[in-house]
Order: sequence, then structure tokens, then C-alpha cells
Amino acid sequence: MAVTTQDSVNHGFVRGAPVDAMPAPAATTGAIGWIRANLLSSPANIALTIFSALLIYWIVPPIIEFMFVHAVWSGNDREACLPTAERPEVGACWAFARDRFAYFIYGSYPIPERWRVDVFFVMLAVGIVWLLWLEAPRRDLGALYFFVVVPIVSYILLTGWEAIGLRAVDTSLWGGVLVTIVVSWVGIVFSLPIGILLALGRRSHMPVVKLFSVIFIEFVRGVPLITVLFMASVMLPLFVPDAYSPDKLLRALIGIAMFASAYMAEVVRAGLQAIPKGQYEGAMAVGLGYWQMMYLIILPQALKITIPNIVNTYIGLFKDTTLVTIVGIFDFLKTVEVSRIDPKWAAPTTSATGYVFAAIFYFIFCYGMSRYAKSVEARLAKGDRR
Amino acid sequence: MSIAQDSGPPKVSLLYDPKVRSIAYQVILCAIIVFLAYSAVRNAAENLARAKIASGFGFWNQTAGFDISQTLIAYSAQAGTYGRAFWVGLLNTLLVAAIGIVLATIVGFLVGIARLSKNFLLAKLSAGYVEIIRNVPLLLQLLFWYNAVLKALPDLRDSWTLPGSIFLNNRGFFAPYPIFSSGAEFVAGAFVAGVIGAIAYARWAKKKQDATGEQSPVGLVALGLIIGLPLIAFFAAGMPATLEFPEKGRFNIRGGLEILPEFVALLIGLVFYTGAFIAEVVRAGIMAVSRGQTEAAGAVGLRTGPTLKLVVIPQAMRVIIPPLTNQYLNLTKNSSLAVFVGYPDLVQIFTGTVLNQTGQAVEVVMITMAVYLSISLITSMAMNWYNARIALVER
Repeated sequence: MAVTTQDSVNHGFVRGAPVDAMPAPAATTGAIGWIRANLLSSPANIALTIFSALLIYWIVPPIIEFMFVHAVWSGNDREACLPTAERPEVGACWAFARDRFAYFIYGSYPIPERWRVDVFFVMLAVGIVWLLWLEAPRRDLGALYFFVVVPIVSYILLTGWEAIGLRAVDTSLWGGVLVTIVVSWVGIVFSLPIGILLALGRRSHMPVVKLFSVIFIEFVRGVPLITVLFMASVMLPLFVPDAYSPDKLLRALIGIAMFASAYMAEVVRAGLQAIPKGQYEGAMAVGLGYWQMMYLIILPQALKITIPNIVNTYIGLFKDTTLVTIVGIFDFLKTVEVSRIDPKWAAPTTSATGYVFAAIFYFIFCYGMSRYAKSVEARLAKGDRR
Repeated sequence: MSIAQDSGPPKVSLLYDPKVRSIAYQVILCAIIVFLAYSAVRNAAENLARAKIASGFGFWNQTAGFDISQTLIAYSAQAGTYGRAFWVGLLNTLLVAAIGIVLATIVGFLVGIARLSKNFLLAKLSAGYVEIIRNVPLLLQLLFWYNAVLKALPDLRDSWTLPGSIFLNNRGFFAPYPIFSSGAEFVAGAFVAGVIGAIAYARWAKKKQDATGEQSPVGLVALGLIIGLPLIAFFAAGMPATLEFPEKGRFNIRGGLEILPEFVALLIGLVFYTGAFIAEVVRAGIMAVSRGQTEAAGAVGLRTGPTLKLVVIPQAMRVIIPPLTNQYLNLTKNSSLAVFVGYPDLVQIFTGTVLNQTGQAVEVVMITMAVYLSISLITSMAMNWYNARIALVER
């Protein structure tokens, strides 16, 4: 075949130089393209878009109107939140939440002693930041601080110790966020070590140890938390000599700790199962005993991969603390319940306001924890990426 | 240097022999537990004797003397015993759990699939639902539905009225209720026959498909048998059912089906809450099916519908079933929160009222726990059996 160069046949209608690429059609790029691809790609998709838009239209504007547009921000009693002729539509009664704010936080804790609760919150916050912030210095000391120092100091601080001039405050006066935090924190602090022991027990070769661990875990996991709380509340006092009958809050704390430990045991067990056999064999090969092997080799790896699940268990625990109401303890939700039926603030929207306020509180905590779990998961996944 | 031949295991102190150690640990553990149990029982006997509380199950046949707002079996305050009240409560728990499981599964699957939708609005909407519901305590949601929504409905005189004599007010939900006359048993029989026929047809179709590869319209035939057959029987028997319509009087509503607001609140709360968790389970299950499976299905020419039905969903179900079981169990256990809205479930009737009246804490709490334990064990056994059936068989 004869080789012809481009120039050899010079047709007038053929371009000599390539044309610059045209921009993509407007319909496939930018906002319009995005809308076409994500909202209107097919008839079914259009139908779904209309359906979703309607749903959003029904849900979102009323919520915004309730929470902001028609909301009442200040006032001293129910009068402020009653619908009147010039204001027929009354939204959230935020004046109520503001008035009751201190009660929501401290319950009936004596007012001159409330600084102690504040100190407790600050100590706890320091401990949490120390442990969760990964670049923090000396996180081993942080763990010691969080799991040993804070419990002892805050116990003395919150219950009081006459010898150093702290008035005793009976736990029946505790309430609100204070109780919610105390209950969930005790659950968190106790459930991890007990859960680890139970998980190790369940995987133990000693039949008796294994049997008792399995019975405990399956028994507690098979029943609702309410019945565990009932058990702790009405049966525990029967089982100990009358003189040592534990106080109401302590009973609930024991119930919560038992419940959380059983769930934590299963989470930890999953982590232990995920550790390859070679790790155990390697540990044994260098002559480590059982506890050394667990403490130095197995548990650090197992806990590392279970952190997201541990955090999820804590989220569940934090939400479940609301159930302690059933045994007569004034947690945060209970203080909201008591306040919303208080005649001083009885208005049509008081109940809804109280619940929305509580929902925002719980959402911030739980969502924060779940975000943290996600970020840990993402960070750990980096190490496994090839 | 020669190596000395060992004759038998090396001699070590008994203290360091792992076998001896393990036996010693177990003996110590047993001793501690026996001691704890013994002192607990002794203390309990002492405390009960001091408080003059009887023990044993003698209370079971005593007259209860309290009324229950919703009963599925005959019960009255005068004649009902504590034992009867227990069964009423148990049935109420099972009722709300069964309906809740069905509805939560529907909500969960719809939302879970919607979260994976290519439609931006729908995906974000379902994501918002899941995040908000999952991060707010169930108890708060129940109280919200009960106190802020259902109790805020208009009272009886201003009931919302929907077409077909359906009334909605702060005393509950009222709807027409069918009353069956003679001949209705034919309809029931036709329904049972339809179900059996549908199962038989599905088996036959599967066998035929395994043998020849031909598919049969199982869904359509089953629908026809289960719904069509009773319908035909209904008309053939001369329509042996009439609807009883609720009638609104000045002070109350008579007749028809009455559903208590407590039940509605509990059901809505449980369904929305568990639905959000099931949605996540479903999403995780579908995402666990590798993309290659969808692509391979596309490569052999399957369209989207059959790809989902034949390739993706069967594989996703394997990942979905175990956590789904957990959610069913959670829903059943969470139904015990009924006590907070006053729905008469097992915990409210038994661990609440009966415990207060008799003071027999040990027996009552133990029975309640035993019931929930049995439900949990039976459910997980059934689901494990199903799970084993559909599990991946690897060669």
C-alpha cells in the first residue's frame, strides 16, 4: 500500500489542525447535571424524588416552626406559653427549659454544694479528653487517672466526707444529668474489666469457669434490663444481711454494671476470636504464662479491633440509663418528666418541649460517641490497607 | 555432650503443675459460689421471715382483685387469679412483640434499601431517620409518642373521623370490627387450605426448577391461593360476616374494635426504633455482597429485578439473618418498657402490680425472667435453624 502523507492530498474541506475539546454539555455537569443524575434519572427516580420532597415538606417546616418561629424564649411561668388571641400558634416553650435547667442538671442536689458536681464534671471531661485525644501526652497515666483517681475522688466529692469539711449529700437528692452521667460512667468503668474476665472465662479450658461465665452471660443477655433492675432493686436487699442493705442508687448501679458486663463480655469475645492462633502460639513459644500472654499480646490487639463495638455498647448503655427511673431514681429523663407535669408550667406544648430538649441532649452525646467510633474504625482500617 | 533421656515428665512442684492449678482454681470458684448462694438463701429466708412475707407459689391461685385494660382471654377483677393475670400479661407481651416484629421488619427493609438508593433525597432522608432514631433513647421516644402525640389528640367530642367510621381521639383508635356468623368456618378452612396449597406448590416448583431449570410463578400462585380461595369461599358461603361499626355517643364510643393509645404508643415506638436498627442490618448485608456478583449477573444478561431477587438478596440474607435475630429479641425485650406508658404487658401486670400486692419479689422476678429467657432461647433456636438452612455450603 502506498504511503501518503497528510499533505500530499490537500482537500480544502479537511481540517489541518485538531479542534480544542468542547466543554461537556451543560446537562451533564454542574448543578443541572447533578440533579439529572441523582434525582431525575428515570421515571421511578422522579417518583421517588417527588415522594421524598413531599415527606420533607411535611416534616421539616413544622419542626422548624415549632422549635424556632413560634417558640417562646422567655417568661416566668405557664402564662408565657399559653396560646392567646394575637398568638394562636405557640411552639416550643423554651422559657420552661431555661427555668428548669438547673434542676435538669443537678436534680435536688443542695444548691450551695453544686460546685462539687461541677468539679466532678470537669474531672470527668479532663479524663475523657485525655483518653480519647490520640496525641495527648502520657495516655497511660490518663487511664490510671480515669479508672482509679477519678472514681475515688468523685465518690468522696459527691457523697461528702465530714472530716474534710464536705457535707454529706444523700443519694436520694442526686438527680438529672448528674445521675445519668454517674450511672453510665459506673457502667462503663466496671463493665470493661468484668466483661474481659467473663469473656476470658467463656473461652477458658476449665469447665467450671466456662460454665459459670456462660450461664451469667446468657442469663443476663436473655432478659430485659428492666427485670435486671427489678432484681437488683427488690431482691438484692433480701440477699444481704439487713444491716448492709445497699442504698437505692447503689442497687441500680449494681444492676447496670451486671447488665453492661454481660454485653461487653460478648463484644470482647468477638475480638478475642478474631486474633489469629499464631499470636497465641507465638506468645506461648516465648514462654509467657497465661496472664502475661493475655495482658501483653492478646488483649491489646483484641481490644484495639473491638473499640468501635465497645463504643457502640457504651452508646446503648447511655441510652439504657433512662430505665433506672423504674426503681425510683431521678435521672435526667425523670427530671424532665417531673417538670413537664408541674402545674407551674402546664401549657399545651410543655411536654413536647421537654422531650425535644431531652432528645437533643441524648442525641448530642450518642451521635458524638458514634462519630468517634467511626473515626477510630477509619484510622484502624488505614493500617490494614494494602 | 550427651542428652539425658527423660524418663516420664519432668518433676515439678505441685504448685506449678497446670493440671493441679486448674483443678484448684475451679474448686475455689465453686466454693465461693456455693458460699455466696448459701448465705444469700439464708439471708433471704431471715429477711422474709422478719417481713412476714410468705414464700412459694401459693399466691398463684389467689384472687387478684385488680382490673386490666386489655385482655385477650377472659379475665375479671372479681374472678381473676394472679395466675390468670400472668397469662393475660404474657399474651399482651407476645401480641405487641409479634405485630412489632412484622412491622419493624417492613420498615427496616424499606429504609435500609432506601438508604442505598441512587436518589439523593431519599438516601439522605433515610439516613437522617436512622441517625436520629438510633441516637435517642427508646424510653424517650415512647414517652414522646404517648404523652406529646397521642395524649394531645382531641378528646372524644372532637374526635378525628376518617371515612368508614374510624375514630381517632385521646382515648384510642376505633375502627369497624367484623362479626362472623355461621359459614365463616368455610372461609377459615379455605384460608388454611390456601396456605397449605401455596407451600405445596412452592415445593413442587423448586423441585421442578432443580430438575429442569424451569421457573414457575410461585409468588402469583401463592397470592391467588392465600387470598383468592378464602374470597371465593366468602362469597360462596353467602358473606357470613358483618361489620360492627363503632358508634359515637356523647360520652363514649360503643362497639367496634378499640385499640388503646398505650398499645399504639408502644407499637409505634418499638417499630420506629427497631426499624432503624434493622435498616442498618439490611444495609450492611446488602453492602457485604461483593460488587462482582452484581457485575457477573449483569454479564450473563440478568436485568436489575432478577439480579436483586436471584443473586444479591439470597447472599445478603446470610449476613442479615443473625443480627436480625438479635433485633427481634431486642424488640421483644424492649416491649417490657410498656410499663412506662401503662400498657398491660407481662412486666406491668406481673412485676408491677402482682409484686406490689403480694410482696413475693423472689418468685415474681424469677418467673418474669424465666419467661423472657425462654422466649429468647426459643427465638434464637428457631432463627439458628433457619440460618443453618440458608448458610453458605462450601466445598
